Amino acid sequence: MEWETVIGLEIHVQLNTKSKIFSAASTQYGQKPNSQACAVDLGLPGVLPVLNVEAVNKAIKFGVAINAHINQRNIFDRKNYFYPDLPKGYQISQMNRPIVGEGKIEITLSDQTKVVGITRAHLEEDAGKSIHDMFDDDTTIDLNRAGTPLLEIVSEPDMRSAKEAVAYAKKIYTLVQYIDICDGNMQEGSFRCDANVSIRSKGQKELGMRAELKNINSFKFLERAINLEVERQQDILEEGDKVVQETRLYDSEKHETRSMRSKEEANDYRYFPDPDLLPVEISDELLEKIRQTLPELPAQKKARFVAELGLSNYDADMLTLQRPLADYLEIMLEHHASNVKLCANWVMGELSASLNKHKIDIQNSPITAQALSLLISRISDGTISGKTAKDVFKAMWDSEDNADEIIQAKGLKQMTDTDEIEAIVEQVIANNVPQVTQFKSGNDKILDFFVGQIMKLTAGKANPKQVNELLRNKLS
Amino acid sequence: MHTKTIVELSQGLKDKNFSCVELMQYYLNRINQSDLNAFITVTDELALAQAQVADDKIALGNASILTGIPYAHKDIFCTKGVKTSAGSKMLDTFVSPYDATVSQKLNQADLVMLGKTNMDEFAMGSSNENSFYGAVKNPWNRLKIPGGSSGGSAASVAGGLSCFATGTDTGGSIRQPASLCGITGLKPTYGRISRYGMIAYASSLDQAGPMTKTAQDAAIVLNVMAGFDEKDSTSAEQKVPDYTSNLNDSIKGLIIGLPKEFFSSGLDDEVASNIMLAVKEFEVMGAIVKEVSLPNSAYAIPAYYIVAPCECSSNLSRLDGIRYGYRTKDAKNLEDLYLRSRSEGFGEEVKRRIMIGAYALSVGYYDAYYLKAQKVRHLISDDFKKVFEQVDVIMGPVSPTTAFDLGSVKNPVSMYLADIYTLSANLAGLPGMSIPAGFAQNLPVGLQIIGNYWSESRLLNIAHQFQLQTDWHLKTPQEY
Repeated sequence: MEWETVIGLEIHVQLNTKSKIFSAASTQYGQKPNSQACAVDLGLPGVLPVLNVEAVNKAIKFGVAINAHINQRNIFDRKNYFYPDLPKGYQISQMNRPIVGEGKIEITLSDQTKVVGITRAHLEEDAGKSIHDMFDDDTTIDLNRAGTPLLEIVSEPDMRSAKEAVAYAKKIYTLVQYIDICDGNMQEGSFRCDANVSIRSKGQKELGMRAELKNINSFKFLERAINLEVERQQDILEEGDKVVQETRLYDSEKHETRSMRSKEEANDYRYFPDPDLLPVEISDELLEKIRQTLPELPAQKKARFVAELGLSNYDADMLTLQRPLADYLEIMLEHHASNVKLCANWVMGELSASLNKHKIDIQNSPITAQALSLLISRISDGTISGKTAKDVFKAMWDSEDNADEIIQAKGLKQMTDTDEIEAIVEQVIANNVPQVTQFKSGNDKILDFFVGQIMKLTAGKANPKQVNELLRNKLS
Repeated sequence: MHTKTIVELSQGLKDKNFSCVELMQYYLNRINQSDLNAFITVTDELALAQAQVADDKIALGNASILTGIPYAHKDIFCTKGVKTSAGSKMLDTFVSPYDATVSQKLNQADLVMLGKTNMDEFAMGSSNENSFYGAVKNPWNRLKIPGGSSGGSAASVAGGLSCFATGTDTGGSIRQPASLCGITGLKPTYGRISRYGMIAYASSLDQAGPMTKTAQDAAIVLNVMAGFDEKDSTSAEQKVPDYTSNLNDSIKGLIIGLPKEFFSSGLDDEVASNIMLAVKEFEVMGAIVKEVSLPNSAYAIPAYYIVAPCECSSNLSRLDGIRYGYRTKDAKNLEDLYLRSRSEGFGEEVKRRIMIGAYALSVGYYDAYYLKAQKVRHLISDDFKKVFEQVDVIMGPVSPTTAFDLGSVKNPVSMYLADIYTLSANLAGLPGMSIPAGFAQNLPVGLQIIGNYWSESRLLNIAHQFQLQTDWHLKTPQEY
């Protein structure tokens, strides 16, 4: 039988506000356990939540970026369940009236585009963390993360393959960083995916029974976990059994999913409006103000890179995937409007390779866009060759010096004085009579020998193109 | 000395008839000798230290009217460095690391805290019998309940153990004990006083207020307690007037509404006649009396006993034995830890309300219970809205009976019925007062005055005018 996969994603985006969603404590990652949990985050008796307006503004920003409906009156609810890292015994979330309503987003897969519906996006608070490996027998709790603002983005079950799901997740990932509502740090848990996966026989209208995959924190794992789950469900159905509705945990080390809880064991969260918080009222003015602050979005930027800069679809895609990368290129282009392709190649090539190798974000690149820009200038004005430029680049990476300083210090400037090069060429020809004879009898390859000799004498500073031309002239 | 009001004590301190330290020693001595069980914690050292600070201020001439006045603080307000139990075993070991906004404001006014008063566990109860620390006795008759949940606060004021006390009122917890103990109690409009640091029972209903000897004292204390708090999103950004400034206004022409539903069967005859006599007194003072109707008030009890348990079932979830408070010994696993800590830490009535609330919020029941109760709440508010188009205030009894015998009401539903006249004001968020208005069976009877939103000034004015004409508020128990 032919199966069709149906996938919907729930993406938890940590909003990059300075303080928590309901308290004034800092959201900074990696601090000493429980050093960033105030009375409100600890859920002490008597404390009350106060909504951080920044979190609301960032949620609105996401909503307007995907042209979604914004619920200008939205409500916080309590989701009740017990867990040691959930201090109040309930999570403040939004159930019936989320801040962002329906919207949609376009994804591209090998030059085919597809629209994925977004059901809703709601604000909620993150929980703390249970730590099982710090003390021998005891589980300990770190509440630094408790109260960090999250925007949970829920998609329609519109994706039909793991690849589509990854493309969608990447699209959201790019977008939230573009509009500066999330730092995108997946290792720190700033962007987490749950996938609802089901399969049905091709042509069938109703959805199959789904399983929810949790604990996925990379795009690679997302793709693997979905494919694994699709295989599992196919095996079950082909055996004539039924898929049960359940939550499954993806274990990236063992590359398997295992059941966390079935529907019967699922919590009844007893949602009800949080009486400690007033409904959020969003004025038309605020909505418009936030709309005005939207930067150029990835799709628009990509289209512009293709249309105005003449970049290929592929290059434009790569360069707009992360806003900092695009920003980097655009700073370079301020000085190199006519060298778009050269700049793009350097950014995607030498720079990206070095950043990857050293695991450094482009924001922290030791070579700034201005510095790389200067290097490009020296290539295009003929001061150095492209090959020499790579050496200069390496030297720049390791020192504080700029391209000119390195070229100067190492004496890498190309010889462009034709008379000087001509003299050397003539000298080499005079000193190597047998090779001249070989060339004249038709051995074209011997030309490389002459070039090598000349380069040796000029310490590689002669312009290779110029040398070639001169040689051919003199020898013929 | 213990019969004196805030106004009188303040004058005495200012005139140096006694020092604040002497005043505290006097009160602490009375508390130590008292058999009322009104206090859970007596903060004698802190009180004497605060008294010394107050004396210094008085000596320097920097005193305000409240400087050095001794008060009793309901043990539901968090007090930094002082045990805050909410009357529960669950929080028997809890020393709050922070001050409630109300605590902070009272401290800033240079008041002196004598201690934390006994109360029904987490403010759930109408008799103060649901306390981990034992029942409080009514100063007028040691065999009677003082009312609840602010029973310790009411008994401390009525028994001359503090000059005034703080209370909280979710379904009548200030007004009913004030009525049964013969003192003045005010539950302000919802949002008038910050709830930050006040241990939550039912967040949409809880409201703090003063419990005093006189309406004038209540106005003075409310001046300090009231106001917007950025830490409480449900506190109102409403200007705080000087509540003492209108006390002496005339009440001639005041239109009083008597809801017929407040005088129906179940109301004790003697209580009813006291209330009618009090209303007569207002007529003599120039008020006009009208009969009105609050047709949906009959549904106040069921609506309240859905909404409040729903909210409390969630509010009390944080008491899980994990981070603070009571934790069971030798838990086998996490579920066992939760189950036993909560089973052992909470009292019967609290567990009953948590279960009712969790049930009413469950999938499949939410619409039938919680949502319907919220609709009833709107209807009750609308009733009041209509009535306040015709009258200025509503009057009636606070409680259908006077204080009943300790241990006599065993059926929880019978106990809930005692709240029949007080719940509506909480459900609608309206301000309400109880003032002494006579005696029945030798026990105090309280008159309830309910006003429109933010009408605290008017309520205090009406109560003060009544107290100028009557002496019910000046009566003291025999063993006093």
